[in-house]
Amino acid sequence: MNVDSIQNGFVIDHIRAGYGMRLYELLGLDDRDVSIAIIKNVQSKKLGKKDIIKIDADIPVDLDVIGYVDPDATINIIKDGKLVEKRVIGMPEKLVNVIKCKNPRCITSTEQELDHIFKLTDKNNKVYRCAYCETKASK
Amino acid sequence: MRSVIDVLDLSVEELDELIKTALDIIDNPEKYAHVCDGKKLATLFFEPSTRTRMSFEAAMYELGGHVISMSEAGSSSAAKGESVADTAKTVSCYTDIIAMRHPKEGAPLVASLNASVPVINAGDGGHNHPTQTLADLLTIYREKGSFENLTIGFCGDLKFGRTVHSLINALSRYGNNKMILISPEELKLPSYVKKDVLQKNRIPYEQTTDLVGAMPKLDILYMTRVQRERFFNEEDYLRLKDSYILDVKKLENAKEDLCIMHPLPRVNEISIAIDDDPRACYFKQVLNGKYMRMALILKLLKEAGTI
Repeated sequence: MNVDSIQNGFVIDHIRAGYGMRLYELLGLDDRDVSIAIIKNVQSKKLGKKDIIKIDADIPVDLDVIGYVDPDATINIIKDGKLVEKRVIGMPEKLVNVIKCKNPRCITSTEQELDHIFKLTDKNNKVYRCAYCETKASK
Repeated sequence: MRSVIDVLDLSVEELDELIKTALDIIDNPEKYAHVCDGKKLATLFFEPSTRTRMSFEAAMYELGGHVISMSEAGSSSAAKGESVADTAKTVSCYTDIIAMRHPKEGAPLVASLNASVPVINAGDGGHNHPTQTLADLLTIYREKGSFENLTIGFCGDLKFGRTVHSLINALSRYGNNKMILISPEELKLPSYVKKDVLQKNRIPYEQTTDLVGAMPKLDILYMTRVQRERFFNEEDYLRLKDSYILDVKKLENAKEDLCIMHPLPRVNEISIAIDDDPRACYFKQVLNGKYMRMALILKLLKEAGTI
């Protein structure tokens, strides 16, 4: 399969296989009018299989979202067709309006204007909890 | 602005300081009778409460302050759709401190982020109820003289009981305690509390369904109600409900200095025959709750520079 190299934009690489679409959705890429490629189940020496997202445009993306979906994912920033920076995102300490609390008793269920805030409470087990009601985020 | 939403918002040193103040209030009530002269507490209770609301109000009156409140949630602007944030901003204009109970979990936190005066969480759904834990802690301290070297039995609904989770959290910060978790299978302590609190703090614990068997080991027995609606089927409820009703017979092998606690209201989980037993401490908890709320109001108003 061939996907053209990108000129200006970035490549989100080493996404755990099966998480590419979730990341695409959470980053709101569906609403963007730019060239985007999602490549699923690519062979990887490190992971066995991985997903990749290529974005051929210099648009803002929320790095916290990437870190939340897969903290081991890397982001390669491309300028004029060349790799200028490679970053591992890691787990963000706090997520704001990335995911929603599903607890029907949470104040965010009735007060629509509130930010949905989650805090990293257990790094080893990648557990995020709602800042208001402490309900565990479900991936 | 400092608020108290979760008992863990208070350090161990601050808990010690609150207990010290509460004990001083008990010994010298006249010293505190006018410290809040001219100050106002707003009690914003968006769901029914008897003890907590009256306890906060009594606490403020005994400090010399005043209380303003809404008569019921239905008569407030919340019924017209006002947000918690706007309510907190508005009420801050009238008062020096707010005590809030709300059915939605996290509502007092939202209030505290928007109020210009301290907010005390007086219970948010099934989430937190820090001043109940303060009442529990003062009771343990007055009965046992320490928060260490105790075997504490929690009995009944350990799955949904917010007071149980909160007290386990608070006691896990002290040394050499052991917990015995007594409940039906259906109502066991959630695994995240065991993992995040007990195992993380290396607190030894055992789980059992047998209250009578655990009784001789206990220094403290914290009872909660096993509610019918928590069971999937009526049969299980009927089979188990009496196992967790404390009566005189079940106390036969208990220690002479056992401290029996209950966050109240009680339905039938502690026989009234036990009320006269010197080991029954649940009405002392109610009184201790008022003293700890007085100590907390004082601390927060002092930190805010109001008194």
